[in-house]
Amino acid sequence: MPQTETPVVLAARGLTRQYPGVRALDGVDLTLRAGEIHALLGENGAGKSTLINLLTGAQRRDGGTIIVDGMEIDPDGPGGAVRAGIAAVYQEITLLPNLSVAQNLYLGREPTRWGLVHRAAMNRDAGALLRRFGLAIDASRPLSDFSTAVQQLIAIARAVDLSAKVLILDEPTASLDTAEVQALFTLLRTLRDQGLAIVFVTHFLDQVYALTDRITVLRNGRLVGERRTADLPRLELVSMMLGKAPTAESHLARRPATSAGTGAPLVRAEGLGRRRLVGAFDADLHAGAVLGAAGLLGSGRTETALLLFGVETADQGQLMVDGKPVTLRSPRDAIRLGFGFCPEDRKLDGIVAGLSIRENIVLALQAKRGWWRRLSSAQQHELADRYIKLLDIRTPDAEKPIQLLSGGNQQKALLARWLATDPRLLILDEPTRGIDVGAHAEIVRLLEDLRDRGMALYVISSEIEEVAAYSDRVLVMRDRAPVGLLEGDSITPAAIVNAIAAEHHTGGAA
Amino acid sequence: MMGRLLNTRTLPLLATVVVFVLIYAVCAAQYPAMLGLRVLGNLLTDNAFLGILAVGMTVVVVAGGIDLSVGAVMGLTTVALARLIEGAGLPPLAAFALVLAGGALFGAGIGAAIHVLKAPAFIVTLTAMFLARGCALLISTDSIPIHTAGYDALAGAGLALPGGGRLTLVAGIMLLTFIGGGILLHGTRFGARVFALGGNAHFAQLMGINTRSTTILVHAFCSLMAALAGIVFSLYTRSGYALTGTGVELDAIAAVVIGGTLLTGGVGGVAGSFIGVLIQGLILTWITFDGTLSSWWTKIAIGALLFVFIAVQRLILLASTRYGRSGAGPGAPTTPHPAASTPVARSSAPGAAAPSAP
Repeated sequence: MPQTETPVVLAARGLTRQYPGVRALDGVDLTLRAGEIHALLGENGAGKSTLINLLTGAQRRDGGTIIVDGMEIDPDGPGGAVRAGIAAVYQEITLLPNLSVAQNLYLGREPTRWGLVHRAAMNRDAGALLRRFGLAIDASRPLSDFSTAVQQLIAIARAVDLSAKVLILDEPTASLDTAEVQALFTLLRTLRDQGLAIVFVTHFLDQVYALTDRITVLRNGRLVGERRTADLPRLELVSMMLGKAPTAESHLARRPATSAGTGAPLVRAEGLGRRRLVGAFDADLHAGAVLGAAGLLGSGRTETALLLFGVETADQGQLMVDGKPVTLRSPRDAIRLGFGFCPEDRKLDGIVAGLSIRENIVLALQAKRGWWRRLSSAQQHELADRYIKLLDIRTPDAEKPIQLLSGGNQQKALLARWLATDPRLLILDEPTRGIDVGAHAEIVRLLEDLRDRGMALYVISSEIEEVAAYSDRVLVMRDRAPVGLLEGDSITPAAIVNAIAAEHHTGGAA
Repeated sequence: MMGRLLNTRTLPLLATVVVFVLIYAVCAAQYPAMLGLRVLGNLLTDNAFLGILAVGMTVVVVAGGIDLSVGAVMGLTTVALARLIEGAGLPPLAAFALVLAGGALFGAGIGAAIHVLKAPAFIVTLTAMFLARGCALLISTDSIPIHTAGYDALAGAGLALPGGGRLTLVAGIMLLTFIGGGILLHGTRFGARVFALGGNAHFAQLMGINTRSTTILVHAFCSLMAALAGIVFSLYTRSGYALTGTGVELDAIAAVVIGGTLLTGGVGGVAGSFIGVLIQGLILTWITFDGTLSSWWTKIAIGALLFVFIAVQRLILLASTRYGRSGAGPGAPTTPHPAASTPVARSSAPGAAAPSAP
């Protein structure tokens, strides 16, 4: 490296963390230098959160070492990490709105006089501390009086005041507006110049290039690489994040272009959007065709599905079903129209963990029928057995709690839930996420089979190769707005990556 | 600044003060005798045990918990005292020390159980309530009078107030408890920990607060206060009875809520609880003066007041979230997803969609 290297503050080597059935982090290295802002990037499930949790002591590592200033540390909680000089600030402000700003800053280490908290001194110190962070506010007021942006600066002031070596910022800009982002960046640059090592997690690539000196990319719990920001073109960065060299040929065969999706669409979204959620997008969903949606995390790809399924209500544009305008006010409306939705986070939004496979499968059909027309026990068993066989769900029997299945089999059970309702349109958000690589192909085959049977599919995925292989059209999203629609033979993994990475001025950073 | 004075924290307290003044004005207008210091002295003496219970309850509720066992602990204390003094012949002061220590230990056990089992305080303290009441009845099902000479002296001790009233020892203990509780809650590092715990236990932990020791200490303090209330009650009645204090835990909770402490935790204080106790006492006094009403009307009045206060607190909270700051509150999602896409989550993450400049 031609540049002079600043001293290493934190060196993590071979960090590993195992969850039941998943290796969330697998031998990851991270090197933080004094006076540098280091971007930590990766898609959902890449292992960013796990890495941060290991550094801040929220979780214990199963393997690897963390060395701070030459000393190995093993934080067993936020306190231990703070003592070692590592503090984190999250997008979600983890301060206490019911306390005053000063109390938040000095909680647990309040200045005392005669055994009592010396409130005046505390407020005075807090005011002085905040002024160094560019905040001229009355620290005796409750935290809840201030905006998210100010609260975030207060959180940073607290973190730096507690432990001025490593500051981890997890998506700090996600709820800030442009001016607030600028103020935050100014502060971060000042802190960097004072010699702090800063970890910056974001999904706004513009901000990465505007602010950071170095980038570490994770993917599927593994380290993809560490590069200087200045030496890493945007296209290459996106390729690293999505795990696909933009020039390489796809190993998945793309099916020849068909006439599918040329007639009148089953569902058509015209300029559908919702303020602050996702910009207006068009989508045509045809029976027997797949519309793919590609984009990075935070690009608005999931939000399109939320609008199409009525989880969020659109405040602009029009949704047409069978050529007639409809308004979706809730998922119930969507289900009545014959839509189905497998959400991204199975554990959170999809499976009902404690219920059996059978109960999970019949859930949507039962909801569609209305609870007073209960499916008989025999019908339920018949349905469950049919789909377990049809989708090859590997389980000894239908009464096993669904949480005991592997990710791939849970995903199949979720698919079965919607297939049981015989949907016309099935929306899938990251259907292959968190599933063994072997099971990927199985899910993809299943989707293709459904398409061939005449179902309309809308598939959101960060697996670019898979999207390219099965889609008839691909909607590309970036910064919560559509940036392109690829059709027919123009759909290649390289073309999708190019569309995502194309340099466009966006408000996220500038 | 109006906003400064009338925020979510001070408004309920202010409302309580206004209600107290109104009730007192009505009482005084109808029965001028109620203005006298004699009535005031009696008010303090008669409600001393309730006030002491309310101090402990305030701390627990501010910490985000609840304690249903205080009435039973109070009952157990009175009967244990009677046994220790009359049966075992212990000097009253030694017996006091013993029951106070026992109370604190009992509370520490409650706190430890809540923390270790991650069980709701409601259930754990309900269990403790049965436990304490059962133990009390095991000791004796009858009321045990305490005749020791020293006891009468303690019970009768007090300062004469002008106008024929008396500030009794028990009333004094209650006033000191409120002052001590106020200093503890608002003036010490421990108090800050209590507020932090009640504000958001998870965040408090992230900020380095030891939630285990805080939970244990909070409940130890509350049960200590319950034992002290038991001592005060036994001085007041000069006897011990296992069924003493049945249901007073609910009176104490009512006083705390009327006093402007939020049952959700993190907001409140003992000053409001003091007025909450006085309001309850005042209503009872007024009914006594009236002489024709059944004393159960107190319960009805308290019920109505409670309802009004809960509604007011709720409305203030709603108003402050609607017109107040917009910010990522607890639970604001990184990426909106179906489960988190409730209106609350949406409104708490404005600007989550970075505006795209042309």
